[in-house]
Amino acid sequence: MSDTNSSLLQICDLSVAFGKGTEFSTILESVSLDITAGEKVALVGESGSGKSVTALSLLQLHDRTQTHYLSGSIRFHGKEMLNAPEAVMRQLRGSEIGMIFQEPMVALNPLYPIGDQLIEPLMLHEGLDRQAAKRHGIELLARVGINQPEQRFTAYPHMLSGGERQRVMIAMALSCHPRLLIADEPTTALDVTIQQQILLLLNELQRETGMAVLLITHDLNMVRHFADRVYVMQGGRVVESNDVEQLFSAPNHEYTRKLLASEPERSISVNEEKQISTRDPFLTGHDITCHFSIKSGLWQRHKEEIKAVETVDLTLRRGETLGIVGESGSGKSTLGMCLLRLQSCQGEITFDGARLDAMNPRQLRPLRRHFQVVFQDPFSSLSPRLNIGQIIGEGLALHFPEFDAEQRRARIVSVMEEVGLSESMLTRYPHEFSGGQRQRIAIARAVVLEPRLLLLDEPTSALDVSVQKQVLELLRSLQQRHGMAYIFISHDLKVIRAMAHRVMVMKHGQVVEEGETERLFEQPEHPYTKALLEAALFREMRTDKTGTV
Amino acid sequence: MSAPLNSSFLNARAWQRFRANRRGYYSLWIFVFLFVLSLFAEVLSNNKPLIVHYEGHWYFPVAVSYAETVFKGDFDTEADYLDPYVRGRITSGNNWAIYPPNPYSYDTINYYAESPNPAAPSARNYLGTDDRGRDVLARLIYGFRISVLFAFVLTAVTTFLGLLAGAIQGYFGGRTDLIGQRITEVWGSLPTLYLLIILSSIFSPSIALLILLLSIFGWMHMADYVRAEFLKGRSMDYVRAAKALGLSNQVIMWRHLLPNAMTPVITFLPFELSGAILALTSLDFLGLGVPPSTPSLGELLAQGKENIEAWWLSMTTFIVLVGTLVLLIFIGEALRESLDTRRG
Repeated sequence: MSDTNSSLLQICDLSVAFGKGTEFSTILESVSLDITAGEKVALVGESGSGKSVTALSLLQLHDRTQTHYLSGSIRFHGKEMLNAPEAVMRQLRGSEIGMIFQEPMVALNPLYPIGDQLIEPLMLHEGLDRQAAKRHGIELLARVGINQPEQRFTAYPHMLSGGERQRVMIAMALSCHPRLLIADEPTTALDVTIQQQILLLLNELQRETGMAVLLITHDLNMVRHFADRVYVMQGGRVVESNDVEQLFSAPNHEYTRKLLASEPERSISVNEEKQISTRDPFLTGHDITCHFSIKSGLWQRHKEEIKAVETVDLTLRRGETLGIVGESGSGKSTLGMCLLRLQSCQGEITFDGARLDAMNPRQLRPLRRHFQVVFQDPFSSLSPRLNIGQIIGEGLALHFPEFDAEQRRARIVSVMEEVGLSESMLTRYPHEFSGGQRQRIAIARAVVLEPRLLLLDEPTSALDVSVQKQVLELLRSLQQRHGMAYIFISHDLKVIRAMAHRVMVMKHGQVVEEGETERLFEQPEHPYTKALLEAALFREMRTDKTGTV
Repeated sequence: MSAPLNSSFLNARAWQRFRANRRGYYSLWIFVFLFVLSLFAEVLSNNKPLIVHYEGHWYFPVAVSYAETVFKGDFDTEADYLDPYVRGRITSGNNWAIYPPNPYSYDTINYYAESPNPAAPSARNYLGTDDRGRDVLARLIYGFRISVLFAFVLTAVTTFLGLLAGAIQGYFGGRTDLIGQRITEVWGSLPTLYLLIILSSIFSPSIALLILLLSIFGWMHMADYVRAEFLKGRSMDYVRAAKALGLSNQVIMWRHLLPNAMTPVITFLPFELSGAILALTSLDFLGLGVPPSTPSLGELLAQGKENIEAWWLSMTTFIVLVGTLVLLIFIGEALRESLDTRRG
């Protein structure tokens, strides 16, 4: 940026290609990026935009036999790092440049205590002996907010929660006082309240140590809260670089504008809400309880109970969307599976006057067309060896045996068009489609049966923001056309606020609060709801300040 | 119901990868060629001529049995075409006969041989004879065929049983799985060889009996792999979605789980085949296998052991056996690599 500050990292015109032999595809195209000492820079883009590749190129962590650096240079402190010998890079990694990865679950070796893993770089780079390294390690653990650091020093990774593991990762990255910290989606795998804590911690540590931070994320709100400067990437190119204030108030590039506009918006009118609230419920659940028992001990006798769902009551009206919010492990998905009798549970489930819980699987089968489900992961929810026509047509053949092949095909095609797919895709296979398209296929598979209830289990959390908005709009329009009721399960409060008529907040298997969406968001009563909202809204504080949105 | 293994893009890619592995690809062709050739063993190696033209009439001794009197011989029994007298009758004057390339069948005893048995390779018997005067080449050709056919049938039966048992255990899980696993373990720890020895002394040995015995003890490890695939598959979202659609368990297992569990099954087929060939050979070698008149590689090996100086017995059988197993293992290797989706 400016010449007055010392430039810490300079990436100039970097192009990278992956592949073997003569066949390779270009992943990065002349990417340029600058980081000055002590600066907080964010690299934003959707999946496949090349943001992680850029970070890994910095540390030269790619498989060298499959990676080709076509052009450009990477200078750290004026020293060229591109194609630097492995020994030089090893010196830089961990000591000058620290890195935090997205998945704290897999970034730590499960076979070693966290302490051993933490002091490894200290002994390697700082030349400390074991005792000194341990003292320093415990200090670090305390610094990143781990309770009882002396005891936790010998704990194994599985004994820590996701948030604690990410804290350990941060401690590891900071152990040798790096001048640059690369954080690759550091909070994506974490719950919203933990996300907030981790981000605050990073912010604090940055201020304290004066290191530069390169934050890689797809989350615009996080960028707005954290970064000084932003690079926006799309398709392997940097399309815009700007100050954070300017980027959000006056984005230059069309793609940035699109990204900013892809925040989900509430499209439910007060009128609609009123109308729905007068209808009679068609689905009621009473005292739904689901416990999992864990057997342990020598004779598998000692039983521990996990109360996944604990005496939950709910009702659903025609055309209504009930949002279920909660953090991971709160039992929201299990509750959904219980309602559809895909998970055994206790309690009464009444659907149109019929007691679902009293039916055996055979009796239940013909009713199944009335309640369908769309899952989170569009990659595992479609059978990889069936084509799209077979996937969508499967339920039709079962529940509408009166249709002949021609009618069935017509039905499939009309549903495909309704969800925004074309007829030519009928004979193609799931792996040929993108995540968003796959989710449309999964929706088509459910909607073709004209169900009365659709269970949406995190339907958009695996998708990019711009695709997420399209899918949400599709779901809204389908609901208005067919009058389906949705149970919308999500951890994302924004999505819930945009989609739901009513919201239930779950924690540890219990419903802590329930109410009309707007009322609940404006005046939460339960402290947990307040904490949840605060964690999500905390990122919007600067939104209000800058006056956008 | 449509076939679970419809030729999709995935399979086309796998075939491409298989072809790219030259060793496995050529091995497949060589194996198929040899096997198809051995299916025509009666035409290649037989003591009966293919066609005889005798006094203006056509005869087909390979297919039809003719009495020696037809060719103006003395006996009413079937003509022995290796008998110089008969041979002379059907090849003299205007008469002619086309003999197969190797004029012996697996059980032909050459009563007109000039050297004592086992006879070393010569122009008469290309690979010599065994200790009963039977042509080694003929026995190898028929022995190869019977081994491969045996392996095909045994593999088909064990794979079917393994799929069935593994699918049921893996899909239903829980108590079914627990009980199934324990039964499999008890079953698998039975001493197969002793049982075979006992049973072969009770029943008269036959190929069908061998297939029956080996298949009821041979399905367990296939079941393990299929069970693991089904266990993994049943928790996938597409299986839950299929349940939500209201599909029955059989349909889910057949259409959603089986196609995805086929990869280990297909990968194991060549190894199963080679294992079956080896099993048959070892049992024959021990004298517990097929009835003595049946051409078998194991029996030839046993003869080679008895007549250690007759190198042509053990050497040739060894080459055929090792050649077959190596081909199958190369094919298996290529198949395993081609079905590995992690490779581009």
